[in-house]
Amino acid sequence: MASRTSSRGRNAARPRVAAASGAPSASLSRAQKLEVYYYMRLTRSLEERLVNLYRQTKVIGGLFRSLGQEADAVGSAYALDRTKGDFLSPLIRNLGSMLVQGAEPLEIIRQYMAKGDSPTRGRELNIHFGDLERGFIGQISHLGDMVPVMAGVTLSFKLRGQNRVGLVYVGDGATSTGAFHEGINFAAVQRCPLVVVVENNGYAYSTPITKQTAAAEFRDKALAYGIPGEQADGNDVLATYDVTKRAVERARRGEGVTLIELITYRRKGHAEHDNQSYVPEGEIAQWEATNDPVDRYVARLTGEDGVKPNELAELDARVQREIDAATDEAEKSPMPEPADALTGVYADPPSVEPLWYRSGVSSAVAANERPASWGTFNG
Amino acid sequence: MAETTYLEAIRQALFEEMDRDPNVFVLGEDIGAYGGAFKVTDGLLAKYGESRVIDTPISEAAIVGAAAGAAHMGMRPVCEMQFIDFISCAYDMLTNYVATARYRAFLPCPLVVRGPSGGYVRGGPFHSQNPEAAFLHTPGLKIVYPSTASDAYGLLKAAIRDDDPVLYFEHKYLYRRIKEELPTGDHVVPIGKARLAREGKDLSIITYAATVWKALEAAEQLEKEDGLSVEVLDLRSLLPMDDEAIMATVKKTNRVMIVHEDTRTGGVAGEVTARITEQAFAFLDAPILRVTAADVPLPYSPPLEDYVLPQTSDIVSVARQLAAY
Repeated sequence: MASRTSSRGRNAARPRVAAASGAPSASLSRAQKLEVYYYMRLTRSLEERLVNLYRQTKVIGGLFRSLGQEADAVGSAYALDRTKGDFLSPLIRNLGSMLVQGAEPLEIIRQYMAKGDSPTRGRELNIHFGDLERGFIGQISHLGDMVPVMAGVTLSFKLRGQNRVGLVYVGDGATSTGAFHEGINFAAVQRCPLVVVVENNGYAYSTPITKQTAAAEFRDKALAYGIPGEQADGNDVLATYDVTKRAVERARRGEGVTLIELITYRRKGHAEHDNQSYVPEGEIAQWEATNDPVDRYVARLTGEDGVKPNELAELDARVQREIDAATDEAEKSPMPEPADALTGVYADPPSVEPLWYRSGVSSAVAANERPASWGTFNG
Repeated sequence: MAETTYLEAIRQALFEEMDRDPNVFVLGEDIGAYGGAFKVTDGLLAKYGESRVIDTPISEAAIVGAAAGAAHMGMRPVCEMQFIDFISCAYDMLTNYVATARYRAFLPCPLVVRGPSGGYVRGGPFHSQNPEAAFLHTPGLKIVYPSTASDAYGLLKAAIRDDDPVLYFEHKYLYRRIKEELPTGDHVVPIGKARLAREGKDLSIITYAATVWKALEAAEQLEKEDGLSVEVLDLRSLLPMDDEAIMATVKKTNRVMIVHEDTRTGGVAGEVTARITEQAFAFLDAPILRVTAADVPLPYSPPLEDYVLPQTSDIVSVARQLAAY
């Protein structure tokens, strides 16, 4: 029996609806469409560079890939309006979303290399970082937790009468958590201007979606929350943009939360160490051969949109130059100063006291000795 | 001036802080139209409306998570746990998300989680808890637990104004049982400072929350019956903890006992003891002794609850042993 992942994959390979005229993407300019390509290519190439650095043991922790998911990450984030102060909270396979929102390759490489001048000063790993100015909030590892947090971010937009929208990404696995349920329900009741994107990439670590949920489709979960549930081909970047753009505009009009299921496929393991032994034979190869989001977008651009191959080659070259420069710069970055670890737990006090044996005191007892002349003990 | 109960002091602080700062809002279960299970938030909805007094679904994780998101954006949310026992449903949000936000991501997270805590009220295992020790172990959080109406008022103001997340435990046994005239003016009690509840020279009782009153009762009895002069230190802030005040009383009386209503193993008393042995061991004339609840879930029936929780007679008995050591 074919797994649901595979059967859905085949469906996903053929978009059910061709990009209709009147679709939001129909009004994207040529320059914008090329910008979307740039971000997809940057995502893929940057991760390829990180693999090289990982193999050279320059990446300290695990490496998480989004190979095959670049369209869903970039297309959905591109639907936000950065000039209006829209916000997103990415998940581990949303490097592309963060790049769209303004994260820079240099920051990403420094994060992975645990450098002292990385966005978190070496405190957190990989793409776990954020920036309130640019409008993204770093995830934590506990899946589903960012849904309540983004409910609160968008609640603040509503309370202050701001015309801003938030987008939060979860995977198929995170939909099983209590935090996902509590957060989306809270946001739905409050009619927060929030878009919840469920990236269905077939697997949560090694667990296939058939073991994650008995629901026929993830979008069906929206019904129970009283919100619209949409679904789109996550490997078609313009379809992803369209479905998200509609949800963003709904949210901006004050019509509340939308759940979007984007169907895609995780071609690499959970992290670089994962050999994917649990994946049925041929499944990855099939997606790679027939449903690569970058290939599909290139075909679209060079076909219908009349983009010349050399224009794309120029963008590819620009991406390589930027990644090379960022790598050189990151390699020169210092590691953190050890004592920086004690700062910034609180606003007040700004720094934690060093442990006495790390602060030049020879003996805790000597430092606190009762004076010989002192005492009340008379037993 | 009229006397204000502990509960009214909390409510008054909420009103004043919501008046003072439009970024302050409250959210929790049944806190709006109903005014909260104990009526702490009574009247807030009428004055501030549904946008600043939010009745939420039964979702403690979402309450805290949404508060965190709003706090990142510059709001000052005050979350109510209907009973503090339910804070465990938000444990992940508090320990993994909220407590780490500033450190790992430089995200400000100025929120307050408050709720009715503690026993002596026949509430049984799930309406009587003192979960402070579960959070004492979490860098990034602050924890306060007032015992007087003035401190309830002043510490809530401090908690709301603090730039970091604060857990504010309020003792439901004290809600309507104690009252006093509140200090006038903008009375803000600094977080991290203990309060000397009674001066003495023979031995020290270090405690907080409802057992402050039991310690004071015991001190009276010990003075009358044994001629002992007992000092009582009310910690009122557990995180950060006022080491200076703790060591000052240790160095003054040289005999110390720690009293708390929470269970014994892994409780706050163990932490206080460790700090004293590291910072003032040579000043001790006797071992540090603990009076706490027994290590059991808190039972409902009065004879059982009374047996498990620390009573004034327990404090008196242990104090006598300490004095005689």
